[in-house]
Amino acid sequence: MRVGDVISERAFEVSRDTLVRYAGGSGDFNPIHYRDDVAVSVGLPGVLAHGMLTMGLAVQPVVDWLGDRGWVSDYQVRFTRPVLVDAADGATVTVVAKVGVVDEGTARIDLTVMFGGETVLGKAQVRVTFV
Amino acid sequence: MNPELQGRVFSPAPAYLVGREKVREFARAVYSTSPLNYDPAVASAAGYSDVVAPPTFAVVVQEATLAQLLAEPDAGIDFSRVVHGEQRFSYTRPIVAGDELTATLAVTSIKSLGGHAMVTAESSIVDATGAHVVTAISTLVVRGEE
Repeated sequence: MRVGDVISERAFEVSRDTLVRYAGGSGDFNPIHYRDDVAVSVGLPGVLAHGMLTMGLAVQPVVDWLGDRGWVSDYQVRFTRPVLVDAADGATVTVVAKVGVVDEGTARIDLTVMFGGETVLGKAQVRVTFV
Repeated sequence: MNPELQGRVFSPAPAYLVGREKVREFARAVYSTSPLNYDPAVASAAGYSDVVAPPTFAVVVQEATLAQLLAEPDAGIDFSRVVHGEQRFSYTRPIVAGDELTATLAVTSIKSLGGHAMVTAESSIVDATGAHVVTAISTLVVRGEE
């Protein structure tokens, strides 16, 4: 494992169905994540994915790469742009996970998370601790 | 927003018992394909007492503390103007099913920025023995009146 290595690249298809599933799984029932009329009434272009859903799925390629060799000990993101989820077409979120820092027993994996050609998470960093 | 909130520590939220099916439900919702999240035998072989929660599961436990903050009478936070700015989870160990977790919120920073306010809230989450499991840190942006 070297700094700069791409450990995973993945595309996630997000739909209104998966937003409802995340609402139930997480307990975040803010209607801007399933009702266009409410989203528009607060000045949004339409229904958005939960930021925490984007954060949650973006780390999964790292979790899969890691397997039982270690665990995620720190994970941070900045929410920079919303992911607009079209009722019919959904949204595609892509994740590239790259080795940022290698230390004794740990590593920092940096995520590039994009939707519609733009970055949606800033400073998305995952600290993994090997066992 | 009330600047005197900075430094305030809230009462611990009611204990949250992590259920195996809740872990599985959350794992499916974040597109996890890790058997550690679903299969107790795989988790056990890796040294865990039950299925392991995904890295962002702590938000489920943190949620009750953010509700305390938004409901604080003198906070002056209009929920309809709140945008999630940043999120971080710093773990001492992974959450596993069977954990009984208690979260305590502290407001660590309040800043004003061009008509907006930024509040940083840290929820320290401990297990039934009082040992630290994870600290969930949220920065919320409260948009100013137009």
